[in-house]
Amino acid sequence: MAVDEAHQVQTDDALPPCKEARNAGVVTATVEQLFDWARGSSMWYMLFGLACCTIEMMNLNSSRFDADRFGIIPRNTPRQSDVMIVAGTVTYKMAPMVRRLWEQMAEPRYVIAMGGCATGGGPYYYDTYSVVKGVDKVIPVDIYIPGCPPRPEALIDGFLKLEKKIKGGA
Amino acid sequence: MAVRADDDLIAKLGDSIESSSSGEEGLVLTVKPDAVRAAVSALKDAGYEYLSYLTAIDRGEVFELVYRLCSLEPLRDGAIKARVPREDAKVGSITHLFKGALWQEREVYDLFGIVFTGHPNLTRILLPDDWVGHPLRKDYEDERLERRPNVY
Repeated sequence: MAVDEAHQVQTDDALPPCKEARNAGVVTATVEQLFDWARGSSMWYMLFGLACCTIEMMNLNSSRFDADRFGIIPRNTPRQSDVMIVAGTVTYKMAPMVRRLWEQMAEPRYVIAMGGCATGGGPYYYDTYSVVKGVDKVIPVDIYIPGCPPRPEALIDGFLKLEKKIKGGA
Repeated sequence: MAVRADDDLIAKLGDSIESSSSGEEGLVLTVKPDAVRAAVSALKDAGYEYLSYLTAIDRGEVFELVYRLCSLEPLRDGAIKARVPREDAKVGSITHLFKGALWQEREVYDLFGIVFTGHPNLTRILLPDDWVGHPLRKDYEDERLERRPNVY
């Protein structure tokens, strides 16, 4: 069977999609791009909290803020989660458990540091013996959200920035 | 406002009392460290049957222990204070009088390093078991601990 001229994708023009293919109603992408598109559209986060930021995080999937419309839903196990929201103060006692949860997540995994404490120790930076000065001393962080605590809108904004990062726009 | 029962109490404890006062915060007795158990027991017998809390304060040379009790009927506050030397910080446990003291004594041990003799399980309660030092001591040092710079 002869290959239709318009559908023939030449290797030189594979990235970006060649004009002929687009005119024929065909979008070309790498498999990785397709996967990133899927990943960015269903950021399932691990449902756990460490301090008062959790109260704001719990509103994320309430009817008022409805994060489900972005494909953001909570999962109850690290093995099904894509995103870890570190919502609250990380203490030296808790840090090994946070690290272990992160290690149990399947790759690719992303981390959002929510609030001042998780970002850099926050109000506990000085004169506190028990608080880790930012969760990025324990696990790598993708998105930092300031606030004490940040409102759910700020958390949604963080998710949208993460989505952009996953899809390669930032 | 002195209550007659309080006078009896002071007379009962006798020489072990270093000082006593009875003002807005109720009856406050400062006793010798080895008399803490007897003093708390006497207060309990005198109607102060509820242990609000027990805690400690770092005064430098000494640790000041505070046992805050209260009587519910009639409503009155009472307290036992004792000063234990920093180098040999030891005091008798009151867990046989108040079960609620079990965790509170562990907390004071954890954060101040004061040993409560007679406590059934005197181990750290808040900090991890492998923690070194007692952070609420004024001379506590830790390389991870950053002091707020004095900017004024």
